[in-house]
Amino acid sequence: MAEVLVYVDHVDGAVRKPTLELLTLARRIGDPVAVHLGAGADAAAGVLAEHGAVKVLTADAPEFADYLVVPKVDAVAAAYQAVSPVAVLFPSSAEGKEIAARLAVRIGSGLITDAVDLEAGDEGPVATQSVFAAAFTTRSTVTKGTPVITVKPNSAAVEAAPAAGAVEQLEVSFGELATGTKVVSRTPRESTGRPELTEAAIVVSGGRGVNGAENFPVIEALADSLGAAVGASRAAVDAGWYPHTAQVGQTGKSVSPQLYIAAGISGAIQHRAGMQTSKTIVAINKDAEAPIFELVDYGVVGDLFDVVPQLTEEVKARKG
Amino acid sequence: MSLRIVVCVKYVPDATGDRHFAEDLTVDRDDVDGLLSELDEYAVEQALQIADEADEAEITVLTVGPEDAKDALRKALSMGADKAVHVEDDDLHGTDVMGTSLVLAKAVEKIGYDLVICGMASTDGNMGVLPAILAERLGVPQVTLLSEVSVEDGRVTGRRDGDTASEQLEAALPAVVSVTDQSGEARYPSFKGIMAAKKKPVESWDLEDLEIDADAVGLEGAWTKVEDAKERPARTAGTIVKDEGEGGKQLAEFLAGQKFI
Repeated sequence: MAEVLVYVDHVDGAVRKPTLELLTLARRIGDPVAVHLGAGADAAAGVLAEHGAVKVLTADAPEFADYLVVPKVDAVAAAYQAVSPVAVLFPSSAEGKEIAARLAVRIGSGLITDAVDLEAGDEGPVATQSVFAAAFTTRSTVTKGTPVITVKPNSAAVEAAPAAGAVEQLEVSFGELATGTKVVSRTPRESTGRPELTEAAIVVSGGRGVNGAENFPVIEALADSLGAAVGASRAAVDAGWYPHTAQVGQTGKSVSPQLYIAAGISGAIQHRAGMQTSKTIVAINKDAEAPIFELVDYGVVGDLFDVVPQLTEEVKARKG
Repeated sequence: MSLRIVVCVKYVPDATGDRHFAEDLTVDRDDVDGLLSELDEYAVEQALQIADEADEAEITVLTVGPEDAKDALRKALSMGADKAVHVEDDDLHGTDVMGTSLVLAKAVEKIGYDLVICGMASTDGNMGVLPAILAERLGVPQVTLLSEVSVEDGRVTGRRDGDTASEQLEAALPAVVSVTDQSGEARYPSFKGIMAAKKKPVESWDLEDLEIDADAVGLEGAWTKVEDAKERPARTAGTIVKDEGEGGKQLAEFLAGQKFI
């Protein structure tokens, strides 16, 4: 069967969930061959094999951490030469998209980003995308070269499918551009202990109605009762109440969880663009005319400072 | 020596309008008013700030697009850019990111540059990959998704805030930079700026000027194809209740019914 390259997103060998989703989607097109760059390949190999990787190509070199993006492009290009796959898949992270993009132009292939579904077609993979603030759904194909496709988190349910997952060393020679952009220093983000925003099954977001950084614990408490990630609207972020990394919307992160709870968010197009594909949408807002209510499965017109704490208590009580 | 900055901007359909596809499945541009992509305003702003810090600098704003795309250039000129280049050609209709990046790369080289600055993504296509592709095509470093940027002694430095870490980056010029909406509020054009913009030069180039074969761009030259586009069905009206003291409990009941609790 044809092979499909899957780029592995990981933190020192801890494979992130979107990569496991990618392996599930890759199996619809062919046999997944995982590309693991950097440290921790031994730890990752088992997980990758469990989820369908027939082979795991690995390379480790200081260049991957010390320079931005390009060394990884060189490595994936080497994997591409070694395997001659029918498609190359990446998670739609900022870095995943940039590696995919440079690889695509380098190998003369069309690029599709932010797919939300993937299926085998007569002439190669067909990618579904959600566009214009999720008002339209398109299906696209790559017409030139080997399809390079990035897939958004939560686009498929992770399925176990044990495969050989034999680890093979990948020979990589770095080009002149590989050392062009130096990573002078790296400060790890402090972990909140909550799920990663783009990967979370439930997201609770606060907006202008939260009315101050000092009130965000109300949102966080609800999130924690549900095991959810915390998001924020642009208004809340611009006001400095919550970090930009939590911003949901067109200029922030786009999320597609099973459940999205918007508290004190009016639902401007900018925000809707980032959350409209959530499976179930719930809103709490004082303003009955807020556009967010057009999207909801369930809405409460009321003061979030009354509704949210009551909900939090109720969730805790029910979970016992 | 003068620092040559090229800012790539895009003219996009207004996201608050009702955006649609035309029959050939390209974006219907006649249907909705266009404007300078908001995220590109941050790129113009950073160019202006970098130019202020430099001994001598010239900012050229560059766009690829139909006749109306001149509006995006005018906006950037009224903010303070020095001159503009508009690449316009009927054969460009339906060009994808690979074609657009080719045109931009050729135009940037023709203009001459030390630094190319882009927004982090366009507000229509939203791919966010053009700066990386442009760097690949130009064969220069990419210093992308910066929330802080500065240029000194022939080097560009900046901060990239990722999901798991914040990185401090550095590259020698020439380089391609992209900036996020966290890089600094974009200024409003002043009345003086708007009047001055009318006198600033806007050059128009076509594919021939850039020695690009028409087959390499346009809908036919695209490396991807939209097979179909369907309007998402409107959500069925949800349940909306007014909080009369039990709103939180009612909501919990709903969430329990949906098996979220």
